[in-house]
Amino acid sequence: MRPTRPGLVASVLAALVGVFLLMPLVAVIPVSFTSKRFLSVPSGEWSLRHYRALVDNPEWLQAAGMSVSVGLMSAVLATTLALLFSLGIWMLRPRWSGALMGLALLPMVAPPVVSALTLYFFLISVGQMNGLVGYDSVPGVVLAHTVMVSPFAVVLITVALAQVDRRIDLAARVMGAGLWTRMVRVILPNIRFGVLSAFLLSFVLSWEEIGVTIFITSVNVATLPRLMWMGLRDNIDPAIAAVSVVLIAIVIAVIVARAVVRGVRGG
Amino acid sequence: MRNLSKPAILLGPLLVFLCLTYVVPFLGILRWSVTLPEPGLGQYQAALSDPLILSVFWRTLRICAVVTAVSVAAAYVVTLLWVRGGPVQRLLIEFCILIPFWISVLTRAFGWLALLSNKGLINTWLQSLGVLSEPLSMVRNEFGVIVGMSHFLIPFAVFPLASAMRNLDERVLLAARGMGAGRQRVFWTVFLPMTLPGVLGAALIVFVFALGFFVTPAILGGGRSVMIAELVYLRIFQSPNWGLGAAISVILMAGVALLMGALMRAVRPGDKS
Repeated sequence: MRPTRPGLVASVLAALVGVFLLMPLVAVIPVSFTSKRFLSVPSGEWSLRHYRALVDNPEWLQAAGMSVSVGLMSAVLATTLALLFSLGIWMLRPRWSGALMGLALLPMVAPPVVSALTLYFFLISVGQMNGLVGYDSVPGVVLAHTVMVSPFAVVLITVALAQVDRRIDLAARVMGAGLWTRMVRVILPNIRFGVLSAFLLSFVLSWEEIGVTIFITSVNVATLPRLMWMGLRDNIDPAIAAVSVVLIAIVIAVIVARAVVRGVRGG
Repeated sequence: MRNLSKPAILLGPLLVFLCLTYVVPFLGILRWSVTLPEPGLGQYQAALSDPLILSVFWRTLRICAVVTAVSVAAAYVVTLLWVRGGPVQRLLIEFCILIPFWISVLTRAFGWLALLSNKGLINTWLQSLGVLSEPLSMVRNEFGVIVGMSHFLIPFAVFPLASAMRNLDERVLLAARGMGAGRQRVFWTVFLPMTLPGVLGAALIVFVFALGFFVTPAILGGGRSVMIAELVYLRIFQSPNWGLGAAISVILMAGVALLMGALMRAVRPGDKS
């Protein structure tokens, strides 16, 4: 028995904070059923017109498709770069690994607006040299998202590597395996879940990235958050409430499914 | 004998990529800040003497301080139950933390608009009850910004607090109880002081994150309580003064670097060099 279970006061306070955390997510639901064209609470008549708009207006689906493809490309790029880097740090243990790690994590710790301005500068400079990668282009957004999400992939893969027993690598080396064999046949199978979660996190972070995207796109590239941002700035479009309800439902479904799977496995 | 090509192939790609896309462009920003519109430190002087910009700096610091206090206090209570509560409490808390954590900043800011705006849930409800005749303005001001930012940052404060609370030796608490201290006394004189390093770490993380915040203040502040990050955006895109925007970014980066240095010190107090 624990002598220090939280008391009643702590439980009540925590419940209040819990309500605070969930409140704005719940609030989106009634607003999404308003029959008006501006943000309001439905009184009496509930309407599905804003859900209808999501289906009828091709903009939303196109934006979702754009976000998925940008997310997949950035996640592949970021995970690959992060995997090579983390393996390099773990296997070679270079002298300046602390400083190298700091550089790799820079986009994560720098203020988002500084990263946004930096990537804006990068894309307009590069855009002057070629017609493919530049400001307001899909490859430009993919590169920028890769910069922003790769530190998170590095963290997850490094954490996974920290749990690998170095002796199995040593054993492989003693038996004559080269660097690539050790990497692909010995270490990679041991960190596959870490790599998979790095990929998933990279995708999710790119999928919802907005701070940098605002700086580097204008009209050609509309990711889903970018389209939502435009609908939020001036006149608040209730279609955003409908989008939000859909997004929240997806997140809750995934989290509950994970909890159930974990419960079944007896975790 | 060391083969130099291996480090190059493994470490090279990410480092070269980040140098090209991040480090070199940041030097470009640095150059903008001292060359646009004319060479010199004029933009830094302007940024640090213009009363409008100074007021934005102060507002940012004030909002970040309030947000840090609110988020860390709220996160502390939640984490306490998450780490030390019963299984049901733990599961409920986990949902309350994880669901908002995975939902995008835009959706969360929109949720607060739905609650707090003039035609939002709270005002509609209070007016229909007859409590209010005029809607209470809770967005497009600092109140809305503080609420939205605290909501965003609570989960980030939970993780460092949780590790501080998990590392605490249970036997110390048992000893305090055994010596006759009541629950309240154990909390205030033993538990809280022993988790204070975690509180400090959480506060620094939240404060650093809050400084560079852009999206939530832009939506919930409605262009009225402009914070430093939004000012950068305005100086780059709306009333262009690229040199000034760049100078403000450099100042912000330097401030965050100082705070991160302090954070590193706080995490490794034994290392004094």
